[in-house]
Amino acid sequence: MNVFWHGYAWPTILTAIEVLCVAVPLLVAIAYYTYFERKVLAYSQLRKGPNVVGPFGLWQPFADGLKLLLKETIIPSGANRILFIAAPVITFALALVAWAVIPFDVGVVISNINVGILYLFAISSLSVYGIIIAGWASNSRYAFLGALRSAAQMVSYEVSIGFVLVTVLLCAGSLNLTVIVEAQRHIWYVIPLFPMFVVFFISGLAETNRAPFDLAEGESELVAGFHVEYSAMSFGLFFLGEYGNMILMSAMTSILFLGGWLSPIPLEPFTWIPGPIWLLAKILFVMFCFLWVRATFPRFRYDQLMRLGWKVFLPLSLFWLVLTAGVLIATGWASVR
Amino acid sequence: MNFLARGARGLLLTELISGMALTLRYMFKPPVTVNYPYEKGPISSRFRGEHALRRYPNGEERCIACKLCEAICPALAITIEAEPRADGSRRTTRYDIDMTKCIYCGYCQEACPVDAIVEGPNFEFAAETREELFYDKDKLLANGDRWEAEIAKSLSLEAPYR
Repeated sequence: MNVFWHGYAWPTILTAIEVLCVAVPLLVAIAYYTYFERKVLAYSQLRKGPNVVGPFGLWQPFADGLKLLLKETIIPSGANRILFIAAPVITFALALVAWAVIPFDVGVVISNINVGILYLFAISSLSVYGIIIAGWASNSRYAFLGALRSAAQMVSYEVSIGFVLVTVLLCAGSLNLTVIVEAQRHIWYVIPLFPMFVVFFISGLAETNRAPFDLAEGESELVAGFHVEYSAMSFGLFFLGEYGNMILMSAMTSILFLGGWLSPIPLEPFTWIPGPIWLLAKILFVMFCFLWVRATFPRFRYDQLMRLGWKVFLPLSLFWLVLTAGVLIATGWASVR
Repeated sequence: MNFLARGARGLLLTELISGMALTLRYMFKPPVTVNYPYEKGPISSRFRGEHALRRYPNGEERCIACKLCEAICPALAITIEAEPRADGSRRTTRYDIDMTKCIYCGYCQEACPVDAIVEGPNFEFAAETREELFYDKDKLLANGDRWEAEIAKSLSLEAPYR
């Protein structure tokens, strides 16, 4: 009994509590990210955005969520019912699962595994399945075209994201995210690896299907793309998954390039602020950049998207990977653990 | 050299950054939003909104049942029936406007020789059922009584141009 309790039950309960401590604030953050997006877009277009529901419209995300929850879930008669329901669940679950390895401070992480960055890369590659299953299971032309587009797009940009990740982990000498952040104590990787940072951020936009690469939705030609047949909460899960992925991508950018929980200047007044607050501030900044980009740029054409991915980012990231590796070997900075 | 300059511009995203700087500048400009249900924009004196039948200051209705508005109405939204009243004056017994047919062209108020039918400044008369939008004479006269001040002002402002 004692062995069962101390060996299995109690650790399970502890893990569940840890997961809830990350997942619940994350869900609230996703809800408020939609509010944040509407406000940023509104103010950049000289509008005010939601300001009626609650003070400054702060209850708007909950009103939207409640609306989606109370609507009828319509399943098209030609759809594959099981996959049709499974697709949004996959998308949403993958957006949450990745947070298991995100460190908020030294040791403040659900699972401090030594293949953290590999795990993140694997999870973000899997998220294409949610979209392509949704497109196929809907049995609709628009949905299928949207899913094909987004599959091709996400696979293309994952290649360059992969090279960027390799560059970063060459510099850090570890796949463990905590070690990667600690390796940036002297200088954030955004400075020596600036082109890689740019490639990573833009590929991140493409990876999360965000403007200006939101061709999978392309409302002007595909109505709503892969989620055209979805309604109510099954649509809501796609929505939550997309915003969850954006927050995840912001967190990855902050950890890999912006020094995670490290303060910008390692001096007195800055180090008083605890690490998680710094991480939060950096994540918020990158999240704002996502919206800022959306407010500014029109959507790419599909051939431009492919050209950028394969003919610009891939050679560029490959070149910088080789250059970084060469510099690290030549100077003896390479840290092998 | 030209190639290098173009490559550097592309790599450093100068054009994209300048575009983003523009959106950032706009974010700090004051919004132009009018908080509609709480604030309202100005309305022209020529605004063609909800219809109203007006009265003379002594309370007598202006409409003399000439049926010019019914004749000119391009949407056939107006239906009028008339017969002489007990005092011998010609008045309508029925004056209906189907607001679901009306296209708000304003020909009825142009045609009216006595400024009886007018389109007032009110545009907030949305209803939950179709039937509520079939206006009868009582409803139109009530509108006239309700909006007389605004209607009279608009008409006096427009008088020099008519």
